Amino acid sequence: MTKTDYDLIIIGAGPAGLTAGVYAARARMNVLLLEKAVPGGQILVTDWIENYPGFPEGISGFDLAEKMKTQAEEMGLKIETAEVHSLNLSEKLKEVVLKDKNITAKSIIIASGASPRKLGIGEDKFMGKGISFCATCDAPFFRDKTVVAIGGGDTAVQEAIFLTKFAKKVYLVHRRDELRATKILQERAFENQKIEILWDSVATGVEGFFGVEGVKIKNVKTNEERTIKADGCFIWVGILPNTSFLNNAVKTDAFGFILADEKMQTSVPGVYVAGDVRDTPLRQISTAVGDAAIAAVSAEHFIENL
Amino acid sequence: MVDFWAPWCGPCKAIAPTVDALEKEYGDKMTFAKVNVDENPISPSKYGVQAIPTLIFFKNGEIADQITGMVAKEKLEETIKGVL
Repeated sequence: MTKTDYDLIIIGAGPAGLTAGVYAARARMNVLLLEKAVPGGQILVTDWIENYPGFPEGISGFDLAEKMKTQAEEMGLKIETAEVHSLNLSEKLKEVVLKDKNITAKSIIIASGASPRKLGIGEDKFMGKGISFCATCDAPFFRDKTVVAIGGGDTAVQEAIFLTKFAKKVYLVHRRDELRATKILQERAFENQKIEILWDSVATGVEGFFGVEGVKIKNVKTNEERTIKADGCFIWVGILPNTSFLNNAVKTDAFGFILADEKMQTSVPGVYVAGDVRDTPLRQISTAVGDAAIAAVSAEHFIENL
Repeated sequence: MVDFWAPWCGPCKAIAPTVDALEKEYGDKMTFAKVNVDENPISPSKYGVQAIPTLIFFKNGEIADQITGMVAKEKLEETIKGVL
């Protein structure tokens, strides 16, 4: 058998990567988890989680991330801070290219997650100066101010509701005439006096000198355009996969999400995928940890049969 | 370097160990400080901070560089070296 640095390398320390780490470490595999920033992933920017079983009062994203990380480390998982630059994959040997070294493994689990999609309305110019993707982080800066929230899915509606704890008014801008968010969130949004939903509308630009002063809104049915005076603009219009290191090493769908079979195996034997980066109909913590358990056990079986 | 943070901010708490590790490494070359934006609302508004975590690097009293959001250790270290 080819000698490698590790049995398994996991890329990404969100709920999927940390769960895969728990399973692999418990199976006494020689495993390394690589994380480019800090363990936790997108749940770090989630204010409150109430649909992950086991926490009847709900739990903050930060606390859940900490618990998952602690559990993985106590199981013996080694976590290193490093960004993956590229992958060289063959059936027998997988090489992970980092900034200052290359490391090898028999198997890989890609759990690199996803990031908020940008609209191209000035995010780069106004990031941290009024445009935000994270209500948990930034909502308190908009106490008694007016903000625009863009999107109609679970994240957009839940975070718009959170924003009303601070802002005096939240315009929720949605391109269709109904929300996609789950019903309980819709009910809460409709009942909330501070939320005004602008249906059939899209944001076309952000105005301001030092920071956000207004958001340009266009009604897609009437083509009517107007500028809403606002101090902040929060954007939740879907996600993009974190796969800049991938370079077509495994097959993806048209949007770049990684394709896998029911064992979470990608187009390359011994390379597995879990969580938001996978082509999947639902992206939740509960689905990510499910993917990860399957991926870790599949990797274990793959290595045993090498 | 001034780290604007708050106790309710998950990402701020998440990057704290990274900042602390870099303070151990570079603490003799520059000063590391933290500002709790709840207790000190004036400083963040003075520097236009509308998002946290925000790390502002001051050199001779002027803003030399600024990072907003969760950041990898590599990038933070690059910024520190650039400012020094």
